[in-house]
Amino acid sequence: MAVNVKEMMNEKKSNQHLLRILEKVAPVFFLLCAIISVLTTIGIILTLLVETITFFNRVSFVEFITGTEWWPFGENASYGILPLISGTLLITVIAMIVAIPIGLASAIYLSEFAPPKVRKVVKPVLEVLAGIPTIVYGFFALTFVTPMLQIAIDDLPIFNALSPGIVVGIMIIPMIASLSEDAMSSVPNSIREGALAMGSTRLEVALKVIVPAALSGIIASFVLGVSRAIGETMIVSVAAGSTPKLTTDVTESIQTMTGYIVQVTLGDASYGSTTYYSIYAVGMTLFVFTLIMNLLSQYISRRFKEDY
Amino acid sequence: MQAASESKHVSILNTNEPDKEETKTIYAVDNFNLWYGDNQALYDVKMDIPMNKVTAIIGPSGCGKSTFIKALNRLVELVPSVKMSGSIKYDDKDIFSPKYKVEDLRTNVGMVFQNPNPFPKSIYENVIYGPKTHGIKKKKVLDEIAEKSLKGAALWDEVKDRLHENAFGLSGGQQQRLCIARCLAIEPDVILMDEPTSALDPISTTKIEELVQNLKKDYSIAIVTHNMQQAARISDKTAFFLNGEVIEYSNTDKLFSNPDDKRTEDYITGRFG
Repeated sequence: MAVNVKEMMNEKKSNQHLLRILEKVAPVFFLLCAIISVLTTIGIILTLLVETITFFNRVSFVEFITGTEWWPFGENASYGILPLISGTLLITVIAMIVAIPIGLASAIYLSEFAPPKVRKVVKPVLEVLAGIPTIVYGFFALTFVTPMLQIAIDDLPIFNALSPGIVVGIMIIPMIASLSEDAMSSVPNSIREGALAMGSTRLEVALKVIVPAALSGIIASFVLGVSRAIGETMIVSVAAGSTPKLTTDVTESIQTMTGYIVQVTLGDASYGSTTYYSIYAVGMTLFVFTLIMNLLSQYISRRFKEDY
Repeated sequence: MQAASESKHVSILNTNEPDKEETKTIYAVDNFNLWYGDNQALYDVKMDIPMNKVTAIIGPSGCGKSTFIKALNRLVELVPSVKMSGSIKYDDKDIFSPKYKVEDLRTNVGMVFQNPNPFPKSIYENVIYGPKTHGIKKKKVLDEIAEKSLKGAALWDEVKDRLHENAFGLSGGQQQRLCIARCLAIEPDVILMDEPTSALDPISTTKIEELVQNLKKDYSIAIVTHNMQQAARISDKTAFFLNGEVIEYSNTDKLFSNPDDKRTEDYITGRFG
């Protein structure tokens, strides 16, 4: 039986009216979906802003950003956010000290040295690690890492900055490793061959050619890591304690911005109280921090992007 | 690198006679076979590559010419499934001997690739990459090397005012000459070229061909090309590869005017390939 292609194509044309409507409606539908996320973002920022303004009607902005004491409860409440910021930064610094070297080294291994078989296994494992719920990491910090650290450090309190800092770092390793590995793998092979043909060893090729070539992606992964460490909530809520303190001592109990928000939303403050509104001000501060980090990461990857 | 270039000079001194017809062999390939997995790509290749001459390797696509040239600096080993037998001697030393460091070989044998592959760095950084990697740190020395190498690659006049700009800003032909300059910077004895002009326009091609002519005074050059006119124009000796075998290897004049083998004649007269 001969197939009449023209005829069959014409059959489809008979539905043309419906198709034309679909052709017009579909983009509108897609646009609506895209608008939802934009509107949500705007909504969240507006809520934050309105409640933050309410907070600053009651507490002076200068006190908020310069005060060194955070004690939002009771009669003599004081709202200086620096202790929460220092707690957050302490966790972030510890986390990055753990995550950057290990993440980058893993990425270099996977991209430049691992046999294809090893890579096929290790990369998915890394991605699974990235999918573990953070509350699990939190208990890992509290029930495993802290007791281990207590063996090494005398008088280490059960709640301290070091343990959750390390675990936040462990949580970020897969992200840095995976993103950096992507950046290094996208450096074309011809560049590797060129460097090897100059008598470079594989280590020299990796460190002097591939890492610099992929630097924009690598640094962007670091910045995103910092952003995640700043925003990390469960691990610090579980294991860092709830003592806002302007300190650089990693063995002390501290509180981060996220940890404070969790503490208050768990029911420590009644609706409408200054304490209640303070979480919005803290949330706003947190948002500004992570926004800056994300913009920085985008800027870096755009500014230093290499076109091969 | 030092040892090899010294021995080269010594051997030149030792020959003493001004006998220009006599040329030393830099590469001696004997009974060389190569497989990618189960597919044999090269069969019993035997050829000597002379010192300070241009040796062209021609043949149709897939004949093994690129594989062969990449075996000469062992870059072919990057393919995980590759297997080899037979011997390749560079400067009388077996390059596959466990005692022979592959990095030393590649320091003495530079390579220019089919597509220009500058590093994503500045022009200057590209040229001094090799010397820097091999331990030269002094800025003044590196500057001198950069200038000398870029002059050697006939690129200096075009880039001297923008040495610190990114190499990707150069045209394809300039990038390829930059890769040659990068190669010259570590003063190799041999330069392998794998179809260096196939991605370039005719004017850039002419420039590279002239460059090759100038370079052969100081370097031994092996060049793979699918362009027979190019082989005829620039080479002293030519090898014709077909299906992984060397069909004919002789002086370029003879190969193109009076080939011994019927298949060579068919190829160079354009009957196939």
